[in-house]
Amino acid sequence: MNRPDLSVEIAGIKLRNPVMTASGTFGYGEEFAEYVDLEQIGAIITKGLSLKPKAGNPTPRIQETTGGMLNAIGLQNVGIDAFLEKKVPFLRTVSTPAIVNFFGNTVEEYAELAERLDKIPEVAGMEINISCPNVKHGGIVFGTEPKAAYSVVKAVREATIKPVIVKLSPNVTDIVEMAWACADAEADALSLINTLTGMAIDLKTRRPILANVTGGLSGPAVKPVALRMVWQVAKAVKIPVIGIGGIMTGTDALEFMLAGATAVQVGTANFLDPAASERIAREMEQYLVESGISDVKELIGALQV
Amino acid sequence: MQFRATIISNQEVSPGYFRMRITAPPELAGAQPGQFVMVRVRDAIDPLLRRPFGIFDVGTVLSEYPGCSSATYLELLYKVVGKGTEALSTYHHGDHVDIIAPLGTGFDLGAPEEEKILVGGGIGIAPLYYLAKSLVERSRVRFFLGGRTRDDILCVTEFERLGVETYVATDDGTLGDRGLVTEVMERHIREDGRKKTIYACGPMPMLKAVAEIARQTGTHCQVSLEAYMACGMGACLGCVVKGKDHADETPDYRCVCKDGPVFAFDQLMWV
Ligand SMILES: Cc1cc2nc3c(=O)[nH]c(=O)nc-3n(C[C@H](O)[C@H](O)[C@H](O)COP(=O)(O)OP(=O)(O)OC[C@H]3O[C@@H](n4cnc5c(N)ncnc54)[C@H](O)[C@@H]3O)c2cc1C
Ligand SMILES: Cc1cc2nc3c(=O)[nH]c(=O)nc-3n(C[C@H](O)[C@H](O)[C@H](O)COP(=O)(O)O)c2cc1C
Ligand code: FES
Repeated sequence: MNRPDLSVEIAGIKLRNPVMTASGTFGYGEEFAEYVDLEQIGAIITKGLSLKPKAGNPTPRIQETTGGMLNAIGLQNVGIDAFLEKKVPFLRTVSTPAIVNFFGNTVEEYAELAERLDKIPEVAGMEINISCPNVKHGGIVFGTEPKAAYSVVKAVREATIKPVIVKLSPNVTDIVEMAWACADAEADALSLINTLTGMAIDLKTRRPILANVTGGLSGPAVKPVALRMVWQVAKAVKIPVIGIGGIMTGTDALEFMLAGATAVQVGTANFLDPAASERIAREMEQYLVESGISDVKELIGALQV
Repeated sequence: MQFRATIISNQEVSPGYFRMRITAPPELAGAQPGQFVMVRVRDAIDPLLRRPFGIFDVGTVLSEYPGCSSATYLELLYKVVGKGTEALSTYHHGDHVDIIAPLGTGFDLGAPEEEKILVGGGIGIAPLYYLAKSLVERSRVRFFLGGRTRDDILCVTEFERLGVETYVATDDGTLGDRGLVTEVMERHIREDGRKKTIYACGPMPMLKAVAEIARQTGTHCQVSLEAYMACGMGACLGCVVKGKDHADETPDYRCVCKDGPVFAFDQLMWV
């Protein structure tokens, strides 16, 4: 049998396979280059970017929990100027598409970032993180309010012709309603899930372990929640969905595709196995070979309920 | 680099403290003192994250048989504090662990003519042995070793065998001087005006005291820090500490895993 076709397409971005690296878990690609062949993965999604450099939260910022980890990094990043100057040159050296994840404090900031990134040829697409508080509107998180999400996505849409992926927060009552709002604002694709808000407590000191008190849960522990949300959203919208949450193996990734994902992102797994993304793509291919499936796209949404 | 290591030995050297020798690729013999390794304790999701450990020693044993290749080893010295180190302590000769090494920025060996003062608190001596080994051929080295009680004082003979002058202090006086190791060190620093460099690793209160002595006496000082880590390669930003110029509007966070774990004391914010 010929090698199975693993390629997929997200809003015009051609991926050699469906495995991307999740924002915030893979730096700017460069950090992992020694451990993983970047030419063997679908896409690189870079650390969440803002207009100005962002300090992030006090420490401790991370804590392992059963089957997962909490993080409250606080979106520390170098800011767009340093990103363009210091991080983009490396991305130019790899043929794998780079997708830039970003966030803002106001609708205007999101639009300005999109406008600036629109001009950068190395940027294949944008992933907008809407799990951030809107400072102009009492700090309500954009991604928990359909109208706010709509306005952010609309503003970004008007600022760029590049593909726009909206990354959804799972910390909502109705994920489908959020997905509809983003699709209405002409997002090209949706990615989910971002981390689930959680906390960890130290009995000895009777204090929260994270300095920020709460943090975002990721890793294998969130996978069932992520699968459920991807399944609900993929049924409800026509645009492609990217599945994220606790993917550690090719099997995990394929389950997300059955649930309706066109592609997946690997996050926490990069920390324990820096070559996880490459390995997962290989494991997917192996499954297709063993099952006699010639094209991975056959599995998208093939779940039988 | 990432490699699968075979455990050669794993011995309890004092109650709750283990010294583990594992195989390593030859390139690792070039590791800088003060660099560290990330150990995947089990090929499973619990414990989920890798655990960071200092390089206690690394070296190459020449084969006794002509024509046979020599073998590089890596040694870790660790204290059992939780589930990762607990699991490590159960491993025997022939078991395997997955390692990423060497990571981070290690100690600057400095000018040979300067005397080197090493200060270790408890398990904080881990990165100091390989450092002492690298320094002792070029410089005078004195080593100050502190702990709560005699069981926390490890590997004194190993240091002495290198030709390092070793001083011990315990909080309860069960070994060496009674009191804080930093006080013993301070007396030696002040006894003559010659230029010295201090290298310190241990709990935060000890490092703060060392940094204060270094500041007062105008002595060069490098400290090795610990932080909770997820990636070990500068990607997650979980391990940061505040650099000397840190302010809320102009953040100056340094990654312990990449910019450190060793820092010149005057590069950090100590408050
Ligand atoms: C650069 C570096 C070098 C280190 N070198 C050594 C060494 O040579 N020998 C050694 O014994 N230990 C060393 N440590 C500390 C070691 O990494 C932790 O003790 C270990 O990760 C604990 O794992 P655990 O699963 O046993 O404990 P857990 O169950 O994870 O935690 C038990 C306790 O240990 C604390 N702890 C967990 N992780 C860390 C950490 N990374 N740093 C400090 N405290 C932690 C927790 O807060 C908790 O109180 C080093 C740490 C760093 C950052
Ligand atoms: C340390 C850390 C930092 C993260 N930073 C970001 C970020 O900057 N922007 C973002 O959209 N998501 C961020 N995430 C969320 C991940 O991209 C991903 O959505 C989440 O971790 C779930 O996937 P996983 O279970 O595979 O890790 C971060 C996650 C972790 C663990
Ligand atoms: S441990 Fe991830 S950045 Fe240092």
